[in-house]
Amino acid sequence: MEFFHEPKIDFLGKKWYFLAFSLIFSLAGILSMLFWHGIPEGIDFRGGTLVYVRYTHRPNVNQVRSQLDRVGLHNARIQPLLNSNDLLIDLSLKETSEQELDRGKTQIIQALQTNAPAGQQDLNNASALAIGSYLTEKDPLHLGADAQQRYSQIAQAVTGYRDKQKGGVLSSLDELKGVADPAVLRSLQDGFFLSDFGVYQVEIVGPQVGTQLKKQAALATLYSLAGMLVYLAFRFEWIYGVAAVVTVFHDTLITVGAFSLTNKPISLTVIAAILTLIGYSNNDTIVVFDRIRENLKLMRREKLSDIVNRSINQTLSRTILTAGLTFLTVLALFLFGGEVLHGFSFALVIGILIGTYSSIAIAAPILVAYQDWRTKRSQTPPMVAAGGAARREKAKAKA
Amino acid sequence: MNRGFGWKLIVILGTLLIFVYGIFGVPGGLSGSALLAALQNRINLGLDLKGGTHLILQVRVNDAINVDSDNAIEILKAGMRSAKIDYSDISKPDAANHPEQIVVKGVPSDSSSEFRNLVQDKLPEYDPNSLPGPNNAWTVTMKPTAVTDTENRAVTQAIETIRNRIDQLGVSEPIIEEHGLHQILVQLPGVDDPARVKSVMQSTAMLEIKQQLGGPFPSQEAALQEHNGVLPPDSILLPGQGSPGSSEAQQWYLVSRVSAVRGKDLRDAQPSRDQNAQPSVSFTLSNEGGQRFYDFTSQHVGDSLAVVLDNRVKEVANIKDPIRDRGEISGGRMSEEQARDLALILRSGALPAGITYLEERTVGPSLGTDSIRAGIRAAVVGMVAVLAFMLIYYRWAGVNADIALILNLIILLGFLGFTGATLTLPGIAGVILTVGMGVDSNVLIFERIREELRNGKTPPSAVEQGFSHALTTIIDTHVTTIVSAIILFLFGTGPVKGFAVTLSFGLFANLFTAVFVSRVIFNWVLSRKRVGEALSI
Repeated sequence: MEFFHEPKIDFLGKKWYFLAFSLIFSLAGILSMLFWHGIPEGIDFRGGTLVYVRYTHRPNVNQVRSQLDRVGLHNARIQPLLNSNDLLIDLSLKETSEQELDRGKTQIIQALQTNAPAGQQDLNNASALAIGSYLTEKDPLHLGADAQQRYSQIAQAVTGYRDKQKGGVLSSLDELKGVADPAVLRSLQDGFFLSDFGVYQVEIVGPQVGTQLKKQAALATLYSLAGMLVYLAFRFEWIYGVAAVVTVFHDTLITVGAFSLTNKPISLTVIAAILTLIGYSNNDTIVVFDRIRENLKLMRREKLSDIVNRSINQTLSRTILTAGLTFLTVLALFLFGGEVLHGFSFALVIGILIGTYSSIAIAAPILVAYQDWRTKRSQTPPMVAAGGAARREKAKAKA
Repeated sequence: MNRGFGWKLIVILGTLLIFVYGIFGVPGGLSGSALLAALQNRINLGLDLKGGTHLILQVRVNDAINVDSDNAIEILKAGMRSAKIDYSDISKPDAANHPEQIVVKGVPSDSSSEFRNLVQDKLPEYDPNSLPGPNNAWTVTMKPTAVTDTENRAVTQAIETIRNRIDQLGVSEPIIEEHGLHQILVQLPGVDDPARVKSVMQSTAMLEIKQQLGGPFPSQEAALQEHNGVLPPDSILLPGQGSPGSSEAQQWYLVSRVSAVRGKDLRDAQPSRDQNAQPSVSFTLSNEGGQRFYDFTSQHVGDSLAVVLDNRVKEVANIKDPIRDRGEISGGRMSEEQARDLALILRSGALPAGITYLEERTVGPSLGTDSIRAGIRAAVVGMVAVLAFMLIYYRWAGVNADIALILNLIILLGFLGFTGATLTLPGIAGVILTVGMGVDSNVLIFERIREELRNGKTPPSAVEQGFSHALTTIIDTHVTTIVSAIILFLFGTGPVKGFAVTLSFGLFANLFTAVFVSRVIFNWVLSRKRVGEALSI
């Protein structure tokens, strides 16, 4: 089977279309970053409190909002998560106390526990530690001295059943019948009640961490670009490095732009995805460059633009295949990878499309444009992609 | 059969065996559940997959410096008194931001050299500098190396104390390590409600026993009024819980500045019950501390003493007889759990400096389970799609690529098993990406072989040429990707680090499978064909 049989497409002839296409997308992203959504920062960078709540039923957003209003959290953002009983409550950094980092979380849980009887704990939000020490104190099985270990096992069985079998929330204490001894269950019924929700994930980030992480992410991206520039300048010529870095920058810009346009928050894992896509796009560019280098040695008399065109065509089949296969796996991640990986896989879905396009449409034309500019300016001989290694050999031969 | 095929096969099978061992170890049996148990035993799951709490805390190292410079002030005062050097004032002008700086004012100019000698003699870790100006002021500043030392010691000691406390709480396999500048990373697997652990960790547990000089007062103002607006020398005002008889929630006590006994004089602390059968903590003093306490209580029979914890008065009691080595903290309406925790904290020693929480992330086990399920589903779907495509597109050569890909996956997981690296959710994504990108090397080689075949080369030379031409490209692409993976590893934290690890392992595994293993399989296939027979690619 073969998709492309010796294609002969004039890619360089279409460079103005490519340029227009890239400009439209980059500009749309930049405009959105400047005037619309900005760069939506995830909790890692902006700081704040995120509380993920799972209900036993479809939550009523208005009701939750009035519950939060009652404890003074007026600016909380409440977002139901797609097709589930899950809810995300988002407090900005202003409502996240630096002195007492988890106050927002405690306030939210208290606000949502509307049916709390006095003196009872909420079994849906109790930790194994709390249940264990409650049981140790009550000692329903009359175990006496070494009860602590046994009860902490029972408590772990209870929370394990709640979290792993029931997805984090119990709707009735009777569900525990198979898990705990009747005496234990009776004792739990005395000391605990069930709210209609359980908190299954909490992220609290103070202001200091956000600034620190922002700096780290920016540095990581910069170093990774610089590393590539140096390596390519060493293996090829510096203009190849520049072309690759410009290409990768273009990809990053459009991907971040896509996050801004869709108003999806950029988290630490998204940064990881962007760094991966830098690696991927660069990988793609190198394959084309390698072929150009090889062809430059074989076809010394031909015009650079012809050589570049031919190189792109020769590697086209590989480019499309690899992009397609990688895209397939990333798509699987995007569709089946779950909520947590959503941003990560979104970045890669966009990035792989753009990264593949850009090595053909941006990187290669830059080489030709540079060559044209140089010949026009000083009539210097056409460049040869000798690269560091070949240059050293030449020097050796001279010596 | 071509030369060297035998040992190449041995290398491949050996590698396979080694990494399968890396994944499973020696399983208890060959049934599915035994293999799964063996797998879970070998591969470490990150907090995001197994659930737990991740905390970053800041050690307020300035606290430790302040303790040191407070001490230095006392030494200076005593030294100047015995050397008969006059001074008008000694203080720290900016204790919050520059705790290392002491300013001494009004030292007569003819005592300058004596003052300098005094500092150099008594406080070798401080530098004296005379300030220009009319009032003969001096700064006595802690040397930068001493500051760094003190800070580092505070962080190390804090880590040790926190580890002690967490161990005693019975949290299994906690990770406690230095994170950034004076920051500590604490990971608590399986803890989904960190409130109690956090309060146990955060308590500086500075225990002091002081002499009670007055109070309780309903407010600070009332206390000041009592003493005509000025507190008696060497006394301080501390808050405490309202005494049982009063309606106030908080009351103020006037206590001596110096402590008779400090936390480091403790030998043991245990939860117990006080005379009203309420939960309390009883403690025992060390020999030296006990002696000091005995001297103090003998001199103050009839006076009151205050047990102060973290600058709050916990208990006041009348001294009836001299006490040697036992004491009790009660009152304050402790629950049994609080009493247990307080005893634990006192046993584990005081924190050298206060801590602040900077970041708190909790992943409930339900989410972890969901994430694993989703990650594995995505991996299986992606993998099957890629394997199927390669078979359809490259026919028999596709089998070759698929073998290389599966071996790649085995090596990657084996690496994780051997190194004890942690598999996080982004790490699973890294595995999936490796599958996608790993196939790139195969595609590069196969496309090149097809090209060479089109140019009229015989199958053996096309394979030869295809591999050698693709090799430079493969090395270039791998090196650049490894560069970005390394940078990710250096700068990333937690889950992102896990991603970088799987990505780099995957790339190394890929170099081996795509370049070496595929080649061996091709050569084996070629060796079984008659000369001139077509290659299925």
